[in-house]
Amino acid sequence: MTEIRILSASGQIGSGFMESSFARGISLEPHVIACDGGSTDAGPIHLGSGKPHFSRPGVKRDMRLMMLGRNQINVPLIVGSCGFAGGDAGVDWMLDITKEIAREEGLKFRLATVRSEQDKEYLKRRYREGRITPLHPAPPISEAIIDRSAHIVGMMGHGPIEDAVEKGADIVLCGRSTDTALFAAVPLMKGAPAGPVWHAAKILECGTACVVTRRRPDSIMAWVREDHFDIEPMDLDSRCSPQSVASHTMYENDDPFLIPEPDGTIDCRGCRYEAIDDRAVRVYGSQFIKSDRLTIKLEGTESVGYQAIIIGGVREPYILRHLDEWLDAMRSRFAARVQEIFGGRVGPNDYSIHARVYGRDGVMGKLEPLAHEIGHEVCILFTLTTPDESTTDAMAKTFAHFALHYPIPEWSGLISGLAFPMGPANVNIGEVFRFNLNHVVTPEHPLEMFRTKLMEV
Amino acid sequence: MATLGELAKLIRSKNAGAFNLTFDVMFANEKTYRRVLASNVLTRQSFVKLYKVSENEVKFIEYDAACAIKISIPRPYIQGDLEDGDMYGGQQHGPLVDLIIPD
Repeated sequence: MTEIRILSASGQIGSGFMESSFARGISLEPHVIACDGGSTDAGPIHLGSGKPHFSRPGVKRDMRLMMLGRNQINVPLIVGSCGFAGGDAGVDWMLDITKEIAREEGLKFRLATVRSEQDKEYLKRRYREGRITPLHPAPPISEAIIDRSAHIVGMMGHGPIEDAVEKGADIVLCGRSTDTALFAAVPLMKGAPAGPVWHAAKILECGTACVVTRRRPDSIMAWVREDHFDIEPMDLDSRCSPQSVASHTMYENDDPFLIPEPDGTIDCRGCRYEAIDDRAVRVYGSQFIKSDRLTIKLEGTESVGYQAIIIGGVREPYILRHLDEWLDAMRSRFAARVQEIFGGRVGPNDYSIHARVYGRDGVMGKLEPLAHEIGHEVCILFTLTTPDESTTDAMAKTFAHFALHYPIPEWSGLISGLAFPMGPANVNIGEVFRFNLNHVVTPEHPLEMFRTKLMEV
Repeated sequence: MATLGELAKLIRSKNAGAFNLTFDVMFANEKTYRRVLASNVLTRQSFVKLYKVSENEVKFIEYDAACAIKISIPRPYIQGDLEDGDMYGGQQHGPLVDLIIPD
């Protein structure tokens, strides 16, 4: 076979890359340009709310350079997990940016959107058929949980992307997709060997995260051949080493040797990493174990209500001596105040007030081995959650005042037990969400969960 | 003797998806990597104690090609849940840094 070249513009669209690095990539004539646009890393808020994570100007800057580069060499440009969560709102957002750039630059191309937001009736049917199964660990699933989800996306593999490119798409804007599929789809279509393709895709998807010293997000290229692939950062001042590439294979995976994909597993157990020179690395021995069935991972979120936070410091030694008792007592006594203000409208199970103690176990919670140690001061982060925005606001204002003056037995008279660093003491966060699925669907047809639309721009 | 933090090139924790947490302990060379492995201070069993997880929930992987030890566990809290204080899972490795590795 001939060599297939894959250009990764950056680890994430919107995080940036150097214009000179990307231009060098284009001059090396890749067969495909791809860039990932999303992750679950920033939490359930993006899928829940539909709001993107990176800024519009940042994403537009990167997309403009990619579109202009693509236009020079006329190869497919694939953008994955649009708008961060890859929901329909994210695809719409990216589509709007893409069309705007096309107008501004006078570019013409065939564009495909591949949506991955899931229909609830479809999922409930698959659930009843036993075609939705849990990964480990997974929260419980039911038809009610599917129904109450805000948004659910299926993570596409290379199949729907190949389909769009086969239909002539120059630019493919994907909903939620595996990071690797974006880079693997075109090379697989061209007959490149699956093992090196998938492993190269795993290295490429984070941009220059696999270099020895990462100065900034940037462009990187892979050359896939019969029994190996080469990888080299496009910035000549940046370099990969065998150890840096091997190390990146384990990044964000729970296993560095076996990495699951929708239709198989990348197997890196037999890999050999060799330096080509002081900047490029060659990897032999990557395998792809094809699975006997396709599985599509689901990501789902549901609303948990509206939140407000209150930040307060404590320096008082007597409070610190029995901090948990103080916090527990103030919250249980506050229930009466809730009853006074809201009457029966807000019951004890309709709200929660969570207290996180920084300076003790704020970061690690139940995993903290030093939770018995406390310093001379702590920061308390209260999180109040209720089903609606106005109740949250009212409750947060009331609680801040109530907590501030909550007494301790050691002192007689009015105390102010919390040092608020700012006013107002409460900050409204808005609606918040939680992840509620870690499951896979076994579809009957590889494309049935994804909706492709082609258009001339 | 030295701390694991002094011997490692990088100790980090990170989400591996929204439901799992992974720890990378990486060394600059094979000699240090082998020394730490041979010390038996950082093992599946010691990790079980330090992070209060059951042994069958711990993936403990010696990754020779990267001179790294990789450990993965289910997240103590689902990412972004009310009780979760670490959205990216990036600050869960603290207790590993001060482990004492004898000479």
